[in-house]
Amino acid sequence: MALSREEICDKVQETLMDALGVDEDEVTGDATLMGDLGAESIDFLDIVFRLEKAFGIKIPREELFPAENLLNNEQYVHDGKLTETGLAKLKAQMPHVDFTEFEKDPDLNKMPDLFRVSSICKYIESKVNAG
Amino acid sequence: MNVLVWSARQGKENNLRVRWIWIDKFVEFVSGQRAVAIKNVSLAEEHLHDHFPGYPIMPASLLIEAMAQTGGILVGEMRNFSEKVILAKISKAVFHAVVRPGDQVRLEAVVDNIAEEAATVSGTIRRDQELIAEIGLMFSHIDKNLGGMEFPEENFVFDNDQFMDLMRSYRLERTS
Repeated sequence: MALSREEICDKVQETLMDALGVDEDEVTGDATLMGDLGAESIDFLDIVFRLEKAFGIKIPREELFPAENLLNNEQYVHDGKLTETGLAKLKAQMPHVDFTEFEKDPDLNKMPDLFRVSSICKYIESKVNAG
Repeated sequence: MNVLVWSARQGKENNLRVRWIWIDKFVEFVSGQRAVAIKNVSLAEEHLHDHFPGYPIMPASLLIEAMAQTGGILVGEMRNFSEKVILAKISKAVFHAVVRPGDQVRLEAVVDNIAEEAATVSGTIRRDQELIAEIGLMFSHIDKNLGGMEFPEENFVFDNDQFMDLMRSYRLERTS
């Protein structure tokens, strides 16, 4: 049964409230997980667990949040920035993320800004309604 | 150096056991699923003299510790204590009543999720039928986490004989 974008986002919002102990009004579509909602690395796994349970799906670790092997690879990272190859790889790995801003200056320090509530909604939507 | 690694190394060098045991025994243990432990609370425990003078109640943090030991052993046993299982996150801690000297609390931990890197556990604490607390915990298998940081080879989490004795006495009681 297909879920609407709204139903999915409501459930994502609830999941994030439980996982991060934040209030409903903080979990806006534009909120970044780390900057705005205070998520730390262990929280990402917690979020994955909870989303899997809430939607009855399996989430491969590299899909929703990027794999560390990408960041530890010289081919993909140079001088604290993603190389062109690295950026292409990341984009391919995370089609649910909006890269418009990040692309202009792919500084690793700005990577946390990529993870927004809306990108989780998009990701789940693609998973749940893929059949 | 990471604090955790440092304290583990110090502990080994000085032959210290930095952990202490905070549950009395297991009364149920279903591998990979659930465990129930008992803790008897006694006025002989020194912290109760200060928490609080004239009104001794078990600190909420120590109720969480008891649940963390129950859940941590449950998670560790699933992989035969080969993983270094450490408490990574308290996602929920809601308390409904206080625990006093003379009480016996029953800690039930249920595994919600387990993956290569971590596991989550839901816990409830009861005194008889009364619900005392609901606690959600997340454990990290630290060798598979923390961005390739290196930890001591030996398993400093489960090298505590008392932990193993808890399991042994549970099994002995079952079979006798």
